[in-house]
Amino acid sequence: MSPLPIPWLEAALLLALAGAASISWLRNLNRAWRWGVAFTGAVFVCTLAASLGFYLQSPTEADADGSLQQYLFGRPYLSLDKLNAPLVPAVALLHFLTAVATSRTKMRSYSLTWSLTAEAIHLAKFACKEPGILVVLLATGALLPLVELINRRRPTRLYTLHWILFVGLLLAGWRLLVSADGDALRTSAATIALLAAVLIRCGVVPAHCWLTDWFEHSSFGIALLYVIPLSGVYAAIRLVLPIAPDWVLHSIGLFSLITAVYAAGMALVQHEVRRFFAYLFLSHASLVLVGLELHTTVSLTGALALWFSIILSLGGFGLVLRALEGRFGRLALRGHQGLYDHSPTLAVCFLLTGLASVGFPGTLGFVAADMLVDGAVTVNLFAGMAVVATAALNGIAIVRAYLLLFTGARHTSTVSLAIGLRERIVVLTLAVLILGGGLFPQPGISSRHQAAEEILKERQSYFDARTKGRKHPLSASYAVTPNRIRCNKPSCADATCPQPVPFTQAAEQRLFFTENIFLETLNPLDNTSRSPLNVRH
Amino acid sequence: MAEAVEGMMGLGVAAIAAPVLLVVFLGIFSLLDQRLSERTINKAIQAAIVTGLLSSLGVLALMLALGARHVVVYVSEWVNTAGFHVAVKFVFDRLSVPFAILSFVLTGAIATFGMRYLHREQGYNRFFVLYAVFLLGMVMASLAGTIETLFLGWELVGLSSALLVAFYQERPGPSRNGLWIWGVYRVSDAALLLAAVVLHHMTGEGDFDRLLGAGPWPAGGASVSATQAFIVGLLLLAAAAGKSGLVPFSGWLPRAMEGPTPSSAVFYGALSVHLGAFLLLRVSPLLERSPGLCVVMVALGLLTAVLAYLAGSVQTDIKSALSFASLSQVGIIVAEIGLGFRYVALVHLLGHACLRTLQFVRAPTLLHDYHTLENAIGESLPRPVLPLHRLITEPTRLWLYRLALERGYLDSWLRSYVVGPFVGLFRRCDALERGWTDFLSGARSRESDDLKPTPARIEELI
Repeated sequence: MSPLPIPWLEAALLLALAGAASISWLRNLNRAWRWGVAFTGAVFVCTLAASLGFYLQSPTEADADGSLQQYLFGRPYLSLDKLNAPLVPAVALLHFLTAVATSRTKMRSYSLTWSLTAEAIHLAKFACKEPGILVVLLATGALLPLVELINRRRPTRLYTLHWILFVGLLLAGWRLLVSADGDALRTSAATIALLAAVLIRCGVVPAHCWLTDWFEHSSFGIALLYVIPLSGVYAAIRLVLPIAPDWVLHSIGLFSLITAVYAAGMALVQHEVRRFFAYLFLSHASLVLVGLELHTTVSLTGALALWFSIILSLGGFGLVLRALEGRFGRLALRGHQGLYDHSPTLAVCFLLTGLASVGFPGTLGFVAADMLVDGAVTVNLFAGMAVVATAALNGIAIVRAYLLLFTGARHTSTVSLAIGLRERIVVLTLAVLILGGGLFPQPGISSRHQAAEEILKERQSYFDARTKGRKHPLSASYAVTPNRIRCNKPSCADATCPQPVPFTQAAEQRLFFTENIFLETLNPLDNTSRSPLNVRH
Repeated sequence: MAEAVEGMMGLGVAAIAAPVLLVVFLGIFSLLDQRLSERTINKAIQAAIVTGLLSSLGVLALMLALGARHVVVYVSEWVNTAGFHVAVKFVFDRLSVPFAILSFVLTGAIATFGMRYLHREQGYNRFFVLYAVFLLGMVMASLAGTIETLFLGWELVGLSSALLVAFYQERPGPSRNGLWIWGVYRVSDAALLLAAVVLHHMTGEGDFDRLLGAGPWPAGGASVSATQAFIVGLLLLAAAAGKSGLVPFSGWLPRAMEGPTPSSAVFYGALSVHLGAFLLLRVSPLLERSPGLCVVMVALGLLTAVLAYLAGSVQTDIKSALSFASLSQVGIIVAEIGLGFRYVALVHLLGHACLRTLQFVRAPTLLHDYHTLENAIGESLPRPVLPLHRLITEPTRLWLYRLALERGYLDSWLRSYVVGPFVGLFRRCDALERGWTDFLSGARSRESDDLKPTPARIEELI
């Protein structure tokens, strides 16, 4: 039993929201920054405690004293499982490090209110297993970039088009799915709509222009925070992977593979740093999707490990570029800039984080990339070759950018452009994580392996039920009725074990009310299942 | 006996740990942006190389004393999940021990040369950090007991080589050449990674013991079919060709001479350029399963040797001439491996590496000596006439001269038919995307087009 049975996840979310609200009132930039760092730091500590609690098998969010979810809904809608337990603190860490590394030149353009709101939504999204709520969170989260673009008075048309398409397909898919009731045609249509939404959100070619446009027009830090956690991949795992037939997964794989190679090629010919980063990111995100499509244990483990690696390594890479932008303005990749002598540490970290993202040996991404290639070769040799070619192209693009930025005639400046203390702390933290994870990969890979097995088990259970002709409630992750709550303790292997939570009559009524409103919103036609009397056995 | 074996294991670990600790030591200070004094760097380099060399020699002595031909130092199971495992394992045998000793000897000699050559150079620290990474890569690749460990060393060698070519970073030329070399290395790395995964997939193991049979090198027999051996062998040959500058990748070798002389000597004269041949020697039990592959290997080796001989004959600077001379010998070594002469190839490799290193470090003073001689006799030194000159007609000689001068047109061929179309295609895609994004945005979408950082702007930003 943990000595501190506190609902850490809820605390993290509430802190992020409280931070966003309180900072929005502050007008002094330095003060706002200090409070922002404090809040994002506290949020990170809470998520870390929640994650440690999960791995140490302490009480779940629902069991914790004073759980708000327990009080309101009688069950935890947001909780950690094997998939999201490391991702949630990683996302919080990225937000924290971004806030810490914000230089004075960037404070004006980097909105901490936006960052904390986005963090709250990100954390809720990543802690959410209920598809309905996840759909709402994805749609809401996708509004934040629009707010940023409007605030910065930049063109919004392209992003709005993207948002309408994404949210429309997402809601349509979800609604069709809820109302499918075992109908194969509707289920297929729903899956296709969800698939399209996920592909658009992930920026798969040809629906990727929103992403490069987003990097063009937003603040670099904010652009990073919005895309790096790979919400689209999370949506794919929670919404599509458990129920998608093989042909849908093959479509994801094909589109993703094309995107991975295409984006890697595009990264090689870019003339500006942000666009280069955007394509690099696209290529990596697509590789994660490729791993999902292959849906073997090895490839899925590789994809999940690569995902985690991307958050840290590409996140770190982005922060290094942002630090350079803070000194030299937006950087062109047309000629040699000669920045090495001003900031050798940034140069080293540029290479370290960049090469880690392409799976350079000894770094966090190496084993992940190796597993991904192994999984791809198992399924198709050409897919394996494409994955390897992508990694090779990305590697060339990174070293090309390094040589263009850091070599050349020494840049002259009358003031010191050396790395600051805060930035140094951030890049060293990331370096330690990247190298530590690369030299001792077993714990991380084991954790991702368990998550992969769980995902594949869910998928298998769905298809088994369909084969046997049973009316399966879509899948375990699609369970919305409270009597199907499962124990989420990692030690518990029994899939049917009910969660031992006290359930009061008041909570039952609140739950009934909340669920009915939510489901009616999504599916006004389906009114067959809800009654306060059958919600709990 | 047991104590001797334990001692051998300990020495084996020390041989690997020495360069690892060197990289950690120099790397940490580089990350912290703390400049170490030249004296400290020198001492660290010397300590690591001497420790590694003595440990390797100790292992060799104990192996000879005990009659052991195959000693495995098992470090750990790096990753182990269902269906996938990677072990960190090192093998000391008749191939790896001489190559590791060669690596320590030559890097030690060149490091000592470099300490004087680069004295007070601004990038002294950077040079030796990359040099330490190179040493680690060479030792890892030499002693690797699994294909994954070999890949780790292989990549480290590639990265350090490319960055050292771009060492003189104030000029754009070295950077451009470094990028070209990195590009070739990435192709080579991709081929090796794919070969590693395919091998892993075929046999379920990445360990050389299982892949190539349990017998000590050069004995052993791979348990794969001729077709599988041919496919994997081609990938391995492509990897070796990239790393050793065989045809069609030979063009990068003279470009690599942009780096400082110490790194040119040890990388492209001695060690790095032989790494491809070493890989082929390591997997030779697998290669011999496919006679077709052996024929391809011999043909590629001889073609490289001839082309490098011709190109080397017309070079006007000594470093390029020496690099092509190296390449012609590497071509012959590859042909020897293809013909199955493994010990001949190994001895050839070791001898050639030592000779070429000596030539590289002697090159600047040799030129000085030539000048002295010419001054003394009052005329140019006589040039030897090749016996081929009498046998070849004038037009053929001219054609060969042009071919040699253009280095077999390999670089321009790669540029015109691979890199050019590739970059052109993606530039066209970029232009199309620009139009499409502008259309969707209803305005000019790329504000990055207008931004050009200027010193004035930088001062404003601070």
